Amino acid sequence: MAIKVLHHGLSTTIQDLGRPGYFHLGIPVGGAMDRYAMRAANLLVGNDEGAAGLEAVFMGPKLEFLDDALIAVTGADMPVRIDGEVQPGWTALEVKAGQTVSFDFLKSGARIYIAVSGGIDVPEALGSRSTYVIGALGGLDGKAIATGDELPVGSGSLDSAGRSVAEELRRKPGTPAELRVLPGLYWDRLTEQTKSNFFADQWKVAPEADRMGYRFRGGRKLEFVERKQPFGAGSDPSNIVDSCYPYGSIQVPGGTEPIILHRDAVSGGGYFMLGTVISADMDLIAQLQPHMPTQFVEVTMDQALAARADQQALLARLRAALA
Amino acid sequence: MPARFTFGGDEHLFVECSDEMSLEAFFKSLSMTKGVRESAIKGVTEICPANASLQIKFDPDIIKPDDLLREVKAIEGAAEKAEPVITTRIVEIPVFYNDPWTHETLMRFRERHQEPTGTDLDYAARINGYDAVKDFISAHAGSPWFVSMVGFVAGLPFMYQMVERQRQIEVPKYLRPRTDTPRLTVGHGGCFGCIYSVRGAGGYQMFGITPMPIFDPTQSTSYLRDFMVFFRPGDIVKFRPIDRDGYDQAVEDVDKGRFAPPIREVSFDLRQYQADIDGYNAKLEGALHGH
Repeated sequence: MAIKVLHHGLSTTIQDLGRPGYFHLGIPVGGAMDRYAMRAANLLVGNDEGAAGLEAVFMGPKLEFLDDALIAVTGADMPVRIDGEVQPGWTALEVKAGQTVSFDFLKSGARIYIAVSGGIDVPEALGSRSTYVIGALGGLDGKAIATGDELPVGSGSLDSAGRSVAEELRRKPGTPAELRVLPGLYWDRLTEQTKSNFFADQWKVAPEADRMGYRFRGGRKLEFVERKQPFGAGSDPSNIVDSCYPYGSIQVPGGTEPIILHRDAVSGGGYFMLGTVISADMDLIAQLQPHMPTQFVEVTMDQALAARADQQALLARLRAALA
Repeated sequence: MPARFTFGGDEHLFVECSDEMSLEAFFKSLSMTKGVRESAIKGVTEICPANASLQIKFDPDIIKPDDLLREVKAIEGAAEKAEPVITTRIVEIPVFYNDPWTHETLMRFRERHQEPTGTDLDYAARINGYDAVKDFISAHAGSPWFVSMVGFVAGLPFMYQMVERQRQIEVPKYLRPRTDTPRLTVGHGGCFGCIYSVRGAGGYQMFGITPMPIFDPTQSTSYLRDFMVFFRPGDIVKFRPIDRDGYDQAVEDVDKGRFAPPIREVSFDLRQYQADIDGYNAKLEGALHGH
C-alpha cells in the first residue's frame, strides 16, 4: 500500500498524537496541532486515534492512491476532490486504486487532517511517527513531504465508508477567536494597567505562525514593573534567566508581540511568559489564519479544569458516534 | 531561598529556584528534579530541569494541580538539605575559534548586531575587558563549564562558566535574532554558553565551531549510537582550541566513525569547588587527562 505525492502542497507533514517524554532534551511533543480533528479523521476510517496521517496547512497536497483506501479529511474547511469530484469533509470516503485526491482553496480554518485506513506507515522515531523538521526526526526522513515521495500505508479496513461526523461535533474557533488564558509564570512582572490591557485589547494573528508558535499583533505594548535585572537574565525587562517554556505559554519578547508556543515549541529560553493558554483551547490555535482577530480571556484554574472536562465530554461523544 | 511555584496552564507546574543564575540555584533545581523523579508521583509525565528552575508536566485528570503542588513543595524541603554532590562526567570538546563559517554568517547578519563594524569576538572581548581576542579565547577555553540545561532545540546544551561571578563572560544577544546559525556553532548569550545542535535561528554571539556532533537522529555517530542526544544536565565541558588542520582532521575522524571525545567520570562537590575554584577546576582537568 502506498500513496504517491503528486504535489506536496505548502507544508504537509506526517503527524500522529506526538512524542512525549523528551522535552527535557529539547525534543518537543510535536504531533497534530489540532488533535481533535486528527482523532476524528482516524476514527472515521477505522484507525486507532493515534495512527499517523497528514497535516496540511493553508494549501492541500495532491495525492495519487496506488491501492484502494478509505480516507477522511477533517479540520479546516478546504473542499476535497476525488478525481475532480467534490466530496464532503468529516466523512469516510472511498478512494480506488489510481484515483487522485486534491483540494480546493481554503475557506476557513488553517489546517486539514487527512487520515488513510491503515495509517501512514513510516518507522517510529522515539515512539512517534510525527515529523519534527528542525530535528530531522520522524516522518519520511525527518522532512515535510515532497513532490515525488511515496508514502507507505499500513493495512486497514474499508468497512466504514460513508460515515460522517455530525456538525455539532466539529470544533472550530469563532470570530473573533477566544483563547482562554490562565495568568501565571512571570505575570507579576507586569504593571496592573498592562495586565488589564492585555485582556481588553483585540489582537490579530501575525504572519509568523507555525507549528512552533503563533505570534500576535495589534494590542498595546506591555509595561513592566521596574526592577534591577537578575544576574544572567539579560538587560531587557522582558528577559529572564533561560528557563523551560510550557506548551501554550505566552512569551512577549520586548513586550510587543505575544507568541504562543505550540506543539513543536522550543523547550526553553530567555523570554518572560505572562501565562498559558489552557489545554482545552490548544487545538483551536491550530485553526487560526494570519490576521484572524483574537481575544484572550482570563480564566482561573477551576475554569481551566472545567473547560478540559467539557472537551473530554465532546471527545467521548465523538467516539461514541463513531464506535 | 524558597522556590517560587506557579502553574503553566492546567498541565504544567513551574518551579523557579532563584530568579538569578548561580550554581546553588542550579544544584537545587537538579536535586528537586531528582526528588520528583524518584517519588514517582502519579500523573507526572515529564520533568524538565533548566538552569535555575524546573518544569513538571502533569495530567490533571490523574492528579489535581493543588495536590501536585503540595507534593512538590514537600520535595523542595528535602532537596534543600541534600548534599550538593553529584557523580557526573567531564568531556573535552575541540573548538575552532574564529572559524570561516561562523565568520561568514556573522558578516551576513551584521546589521542585526550591536557593533556592525567588528565581529562577535571583537565585541565580546572588548565589553568583557580583554585587550585582545586571543586573551578572550583563552578565558573561554581556560575554565570548565557546567551544562545547566539541555533544550531550546534538540540536545542543545546551555553552559554556565565555572569561575567567580566577576570573571564570567557576559554578552547580550543579537539586537534581532539571526535566521541562520551554522550547526555546531559555539555561542554565548547573557551568562550562558551554548553549542547549537542543529542549523537554524539563533540570537547568541558566535565565537567558533566544534567538529563534534552532539545530536544525531540517525544515530550513526560512534558515540551517539546508544542515544541521539549527547548532553545531560550536570555534564562538565572543557573546550580545547584547535586550528583549521585540527578541525579538518576531526571532521574526517567523525565521518570515518573513529572520533572519540575524551570523557571521564568525576564526582563534583559544590562546597569544595566554592572553597577553591581554580584549584578544584585544575583537579577536574587532571581527571580528564588521566592523572
